[in-house]
Amino acid sequence: MTLFWLILIPFIGGLLCWQAERFGDLLPRWIALATMLIELAITLGLWFHGDYHLANAGMASDSVRWSMEWRVAWIPRFGIEVHLALDGLSLVLIALTGFLGVLAVLCSWHEIVRRVGFFHLNLLWILGGVVGVFLAIDLFLFFFFWEMMLVPMYFLIALWGHSGSEGRTRIRAATKFFIYTQASGLVMLVSILGLVFAHHANTGEYSFAYATLMQTPLSESTAMWLMLGFFVAFAVKLPVVPVHGWLPDAHAQAPTAGSVDLAGILLKTAAYGMLRFALPLFPEASQAFAPVAMTLGVIGIFYGALLACGQQDIKRLIAYTSIAHMGFVLIGIYAGTPLALQGVVLMMVAHAFSAAGLFILSGQLYERLHTRDMREMGGLWGRLGSLPGFSLCFVAASLGMPGTANFLGEFLILFGSFPVAPWVVVIASVGLVLAAIYSLLLMQRVYFGPPQGEGMLADLDHREYVMLLTLLVLVLLFGLYPQPLLDTTAAAMGEVQRLFGAVPQSTTLLTGMP
Amino acid sequence: MSLLPLTFLLPLAGTLILALSRGRLDARACTRVGVTSVGLAVLVSLWVGWRFLAAGGQGLGITLWTWVTVGDFRPTIGLALDGLSLTMVGIITGVGFLIHLFAAWYMQGEAGVRRFYAYMNLFVASMLLLVLGDNLLLLYLGWEGVGLCSYLLIGYYYRTAANGWAAFKAFIVTRLGDVFLAIGLFLLFRELGTLDITEILARAPEVWAEGAWQAQLASLLILGGALGKSAQLPLHTWLADAMAGPTPVSALIHAATMVTAGVYLIARLHGIFELAPAVLTLVGVIGALTLLMAGFAALAQTDIKRVLAYSTMSQIGYMFLALGVGAYQAAIFHLMTHAFFKALLFLSAGAVIVSCHHEQDMRRLGGLWRRLPLAYAGFVIGGAALAALPLVTAGYYSKDEILWEALAAGHGGLMLAGLIGALLTSLYTLRLIIATFHGEMKSDNARHAEPGRGPAHGLPLLVLAVLSTFLGAWIHPPLAGVLPASGGAEVHGVGHGVLASVAALVSLGGLVIAAWLFLWRRRWLAERVAGGWEARLWRFWHQAWGFDIAYDRLFVRPYRGLVRVLRSDFLDRLLLLAGWLSWVLHRGLSGTQTGKLRLYAGTMVAGMTLVLMVLVLRGL
Repeated sequence: MTLFWLILIPFIGGLLCWQAERFGDLLPRWIALATMLIELAITLGLWFHGDYHLANAGMASDSVRWSMEWRVAWIPRFGIEVHLALDGLSLVLIALTGFLGVLAVLCSWHEIVRRVGFFHLNLLWILGGVVGVFLAIDLFLFFFFWEMMLVPMYFLIALWGHSGSEGRTRIRAATKFFIYTQASGLVMLVSILGLVFAHHANTGEYSFAYATLMQTPLSESTAMWLMLGFFVAFAVKLPVVPVHGWLPDAHAQAPTAGSVDLAGILLKTAAYGMLRFALPLFPEASQAFAPVAMTLGVIGIFYGALLACGQQDIKRLIAYTSIAHMGFVLIGIYAGTPLALQGVVLMMVAHAFSAAGLFILSGQLYERLHTRDMREMGGLWGRLGSLPGFSLCFVAASLGMPGTANFLGEFLILFGSFPVAPWVVVIASVGLVLAAIYSLLLMQRVYFGPPQGEGMLADLDHREYVMLLTLLVLVLLFGLYPQPLLDTTAAAMGEVQRLFGAVPQSTTLLTGMP
Repeated sequence: MSLLPLTFLLPLAGTLILALSRGRLDARACTRVGVTSVGLAVLVSLWVGWRFLAAGGQGLGITLWTWVTVGDFRPTIGLALDGLSLTMVGIITGVGFLIHLFAAWYMQGEAGVRRFYAYMNLFVASMLLLVLGDNLLLLYLGWEGVGLCSYLLIGYYYRTAANGWAAFKAFIVTRLGDVFLAIGLFLLFRELGTLDITEILARAPEVWAEGAWQAQLASLLILGGALGKSAQLPLHTWLADAMAGPTPVSALIHAATMVTAGVYLIARLHGIFELAPAVLTLVGVIGALTLLMAGFAALAQTDIKRVLAYSTMSQIGYMFLALGVGAYQAAIFHLMTHAFFKALLFLSAGAVIVSCHHEQDMRRLGGLWRRLPLAYAGFVIGGAALAALPLVTAGYYSKDEILWEALAAGHGGLMLAGLIGALLTSLYTLRLIIATFHGEMKSDNARHAEPGRGPAHGLPLLVLAVLSTFLGAWIHPPLAGVLPASGGAEVHGVGHGVLASVAALVSLGGLVIAAWLFLWRRRWLAERVAGGWEARLWRFWHQAWGFDIAYDRLFVRPYRGLVRVLRSDFLDRLLLLAGWLSWVLHRGLSGTQTGKLRLYAGTMVAGMTLVLMVLVLRGL
């Protein structure tokens, strides 16, 4: 039941915020904050009291093991259930959702002044939908939540977004976001139904259950087509070049809280989907597809980095860096070694923190300068108090400076993928130079050079300072001691690796050539 | 429990205090925090070093915690102390402290002292991690950390955009080398299954035969990293521009410590290079080429700091040469003496620059020896050591050892390059001193020079000056047992005596030629380089053989072109075609909705006719 409450709490909180609007602007903010704090507290409680080493101890059984499970029949005729389950991976991602939810509420404290209650309703419903995605293991329910989180996001961008130059309006960005993800989601629905029908053809009963569908025998080509359906949906959300077009627009036009949630959590649902569904359900097809996926990852790294270098809008720049970073994630997922998969987890968490930090910072810059155009910035170092120092730290994280979690994430992925795909890793490593280029270009354009104006701008207030410091401490903590995180996900990732059927890394270690 | 971790924790604490103070500390307090933290680190490293030597040089390892555990991948946050790392720790904390102290004088009155000391302390901490890390991942952490601090300190005067770009260039070029190093780590881990340095050195000869391609590739990749950090050909272009930072930064990072990290890395992993003799020779050749290239470039510079920058490249070239002939101990010995005398030269240059109101162009200085006696003394002693003046200077002993080792290892060509380099060194060193301190004062800045005062100014210069003389050469790094003894140490023949004399003659001869050229024939020289092929040659050397221009054409411009082409995100536009298509269809079809009944009826009839026709024809 706890699992159900994890989903329910944000939805209820959202409704309360909406209704509390009539008592002033402050109440919805506090309700939203309290809701997300409760959510976070419950997750952390589960983390400390639960045992996530279950499948680790040589339990190579065929059934999937969960730390917690909750199921109720929903539409029995088609075998659809409300079936929630928790393992280390989903736990970590839900904790991340709770934490970034708190940040999202905090960073819109002064930014959002119109329709505060309704804003928080949308914000919390996104988060509720995301938690649902991370918990649902009934494929129909998963699809339900997958689509569910789009709608409030659409409103968030369309109603509270900023309109940019060159016809980049917020409505347009929201529409683009919606169409991209909706269309790709429908492809996934087709795949889900295909899988269910294939199962029905075999056994004569309908089921959307994860564990059941995993046993479905599929012909090679059917498996490939169904897998592609899933992959397309996740590729759009991750995003993978060339279907990334919605991301820069959505990021640039969304309010800060929207960008934080988009980069921090929504992108992670795609990686989660690959790890939870695309790989385990279709291991052989995924294995065959891996070279293509890794190539797409490499392309993403380069394309994202090169485009990031060419942006004038600071939020668009950060958006493109997300594409580059997700390229590493894609490579790691399809490399499939334990090291690479654990790197993927760390990279997801690290990117959530660093991207959230950068988006919060650009939101704060916007509040002070009323522009996101880097051509109108420059020389800001001495005029902003401690804001540039924080920017420097998050930029360093984003370029993969050792000591930050981003470094470990990237390097675990690269170390783990090297035995499987040495050339992919060698080419991807060049992306590290490009990461340095776009990151330092940001510093140079915004903070260095001759100042464009005189006088000090407002320094960070306590709310902003604490937010950024917390993020930074977490980035450094997971960069220097990620073990609590990795231990939590070890079993879940071991399971993915076992199902994916990659060659265990230790056997190739001393044999020389792959 | 040893106090070893405190060496890097103290400067790190300094950084944290400064970073989190948020303006609660004034400039004086910031200076005090910054200098004290490194001062305490010196005391700790003295204690640690004394204990180490008292215990007979027994290696020491401390694991603070395991960084990550995923299967076999188990790098630790662990420190290892042996003779080599102790030597480096001594240089980093000792010279580092003197430079921090000097900076207290140099930076007074500057805005942003807090930032300066925060970066400097962070640098010392990272550099210590680099040399103390017992595994390559931790070494890489220090390696990147010093790169970041170098970036920040080069761009310290951020209001001038050019400084920011110089910092940018330094970071990107060294990062290019770092990528090679990173790939080298991936390869080493795949092949040897560990990142622990001791285990790597033990396992490599078991797994690889001499000349195995894996060993060759791994050592090449490591070399790539070393070239970037140590500013050797072809990744050397960043160092001269890095002089945009405050002079104490140049002394600490771009002369004494960080740029020698590549030398340390190769010496540390010498076991892998021993398995790849061809790559080891390449190291020597690159060193020789760099020392010649940089020597000529140093001759034609007009900025004091740029002369010293090229001189640093050239001296690190000597170290690489030594590594290349297998004389690891000689390389580290020269690293140490170079740290002393180059830090002295940079600090003296800093004294001149501040005294002359931030004038650092030699063409606008001159005649300062009477006004700035301490800086002059620093330049003379440091310059003498740089030019390896026989017997009395530290530089003589270390350079002589390198040349002899090169000869003893049968690399006559490399030895010859070293000798020519020695001649060049004498030439540019004396040119630098004469142009700065002799002749007439060539600008108001020089005429109104104000000599520095106070212990923060005098003490570092004095200590480094003493260390640059033969007294500094008495410090023998405890390297036996860590690095293999080289061939030259065993052969004591007449050859060494002859070579030493030749080297001494070359050094002295260079000084005489320089004095003749730059003092007595100055006017003649100025006329020669005013036009014609000499002028072209001069300009060519001044631009350091045109590498910057070539790289700009070959890499920077194509990259920027690519960025400009891609900027509009053509893949996104391509997908938007679908949207455009549906819009066109919409326009086309909505045009038919005219509301005219006649048209609708007509279309309906035409459609039905068409369908019937198709049916009938297919029926046939």
